[in-house]
Amino acid sequence: MKGRHADRFPNEPFRASAALRNASFAPGWILDKGFGIVAVAMGISVFVLAGLLGWELYRGAEKAISRYGMAFLTGSQWDPVAGRFGALPFLYGTFLSSAIALLLAFPLSVATALFLTELAPVWLRRPVLGLIDIMAAVPSVVWGLWAMFEMVPWLRQSAFPFLQKAFHWLPFFQGPIYGVSLLAGALVIAIMITPIITSLAIEILRSVPPTLREAAWALGATRWEVIQVAVLPYGRSALVGAGVLGLGRALGETMAVTMVIGNRPEILLSLFAPGYTLASVLVNEFAEATSEEHLSALFAIGLTLVAVTLIVNFFARLLIHNVPFFFSPRPLPLQPIETKQ
Amino acid sequence: MSRSLPDPEGSAPASSRETDPQKIPAAFQIEELRVAFGSRPVLHGISLEIPARQVTGIIGPSGCGKSTFLRTLNRMHEFTPGVRIQGRVRLFGEDIYDPKVDPILLRRRVGMVFQKSNPFPTMSIQENVLVGLRLAGIRNRSLLEERLEEALRMAALWNEVKDRLHAPGTELSGGQQQRLCIARALAVRPEVLLMDEPCSALDPIATAQIESLIRDLREHYSIVLVTHNLQEAGRTADFTAFFLEGKLIEFESTKKLFTNPHQKQTEDYLTGRYG
Ligand SMILES: Nc1ncnc2c1ncn2[C@@H]1O[C@H](COP(=O)(O)OP(=O)(O)OP(=O)(O)O)[C@@H](O)[C@H]1O
Ligand SMILES: [Mg+2]
Repeated sequence: MKGRHADRFPNEPFRASAALRNASFAPGWILDKGFGIVAVAMGISVFVLAGLLGWELYRGAEKAISRYGMAFLTGSQWDPVAGRFGALPFLYGTFLSSAIALLLAFPLSVATALFLTELAPVWLRRPVLGLIDIMAAVPSVVWGLWAMFEMVPWLRQSAFPFLQKAFHWLPFFQGPIYGVSLLAGALVIAIMITPIITSLAIEILRSVPPTLREAAWALGATRWEVIQVAVLPYGRSALVGAGVLGLGRALGETMAVTMVIGNRPEILLSLFAPGYTLASVLVNEFAEATSEEHLSALFAIGLTLVAVTLIVNFFARLLIHNVPFFFSPRPLPLQPIETKQ
Repeated sequence: MSRSLPDPEGSAPASSRETDPQKIPAAFQIEELRVAFGSRPVLHGISLEIPARQVTGIIGPSGCGKSTFLRTLNRMHEFTPGVRIQGRVRLFGEDIYDPKVDPILLRRRVGMVFQKSNPFPTMSIQENVLVGLRLAGIRNRSLLEERLEEALRMAALWNEVKDRLHAPGTELSGGQQQRLCIARALAVRPEVLLMDEPCSALDPIATAQIESLIRDLREHYSIVLVTHNLQEAGRTADFTAFFLEGKLIEFESTKKLFTNPHQKQTEDYLTGRYG
């Protein structure tokens, strides 16, 4: 045992380690071990909780599952009175509203973050950042109230008629206008996830090393080119991750959406038509579900919502890791500026 | 060393070097340059002529304003809020702070290499070298290929990377990454190369490679080299400027400055009396 180190320190072998062995305070390894145990316990408890949740949902949904099987997901009729339960309208509404919301919110968020970190004068940054954080903290139901009393009337009277006039040849913008609609739901989701994604995107853009920006500047890049060459490529996977987090929020968003989406379980092509989401039907019908069948179907809806969220997250993660060309640095802006040849 | 770079003005042979900075045509003529961050002055009136096609070393204790000075030469201070710059900087006779001068085009004429190598992490070696040209709007494939090889050869990196041009730039060693950054700066064929302690993060072998590279590059470029390392200045620079507390104390041929400084402060610094 002794030999190896004794060679190196012939005069004072093991002095340091002896001192450590005799130390009276709790040595590091106890804390280390203790921390390790706690960490493992926490890790396990996450799985246990997730397992319990899944099992509980499954048990509640068992009846509906055994009766409908996969047809539950493809059935397009939801009629608790008649005892018919198909979840497709909710899946449709959930996916479509979330997708539209993300489509609107993600570019807006990244653009806002870019503006604030790269372009905005310094005096403007702080107040806007504060505003964004406040917006991210507004409870869902407050957004819902605002959307119900301000946004929906405006959509009904101004925005939707305008859209309809401009795009009447598109099936998405046809049919009667009620105000409450799938598009209204998507808009309120977009408004809610925008500050969240923006906030994350700002953090991501701030973490871009200043040396990269300087490198681009020193090569004669314009501000926009610095963003394209140095900033976005560095942050792209994290930005996609921020989008995914936003999508997760969008899929599960409940209160505000329920208040403006119209809550009609039908699959209609028009975005002006009312829709319904998985989360909304849960919050609307759980308290009033009397029949065992209805309750079980709602449990199945809950299970579906969890599954949808997990699947979306899974694919999003794949995307983050495997699609590095999402914001490819390759197509650089190639504006011809005279250069020395 | 034979370089394939076309040379418009006909370079002075490296062997018969002029030792009086006044007698060499100037790349930069700097007059009464003052820089302040907010209300804090950092450079107090620097006047200096940086000779063309020479290596000009800038030495001085930490915080004396070497980097600040260097960054005035390609207008990199533009991105720091609250900077005030007074005085005149002329590049081959043209006032670079003239409102008519486009800083973007200026930065293509004045390349810069930083203390820490900073290749773009998502780009391949090739893309890193060519990014400046792409920014300049050059799409001609054969021209890009030609410049790629030229820049990498000038940066003494070609042989090491010619078989993996599509590997990420960050895969290279620290010294190779720094040479990649030099190649990136050279690919746009700047007239001047500013280098801010390019070797301070490198081991002695990589340092020696880059120093010999700098000595070769002066055939084609005017180089301003900030360094902390006096031996490095002695080995690489033709002329050396000594800065102290935001003032230029002495500017001489390196040999004279190191062996026979006029100013007492220079002597004190060279003998190790300031940090
Ligand atoms: N962006 C800035 N804002 C405020 N002060 C600055 C800024 N950049 C530099 N300074 C100040 O200017 C002075 C000179 O800094 P500079 O970086 O030019 O020194 P240096 O000679 O390059 O030092 P070193 O050898 O350590 O790199 C320092 O006192 C520094 O604090
Ligand atoms: Mg410095």
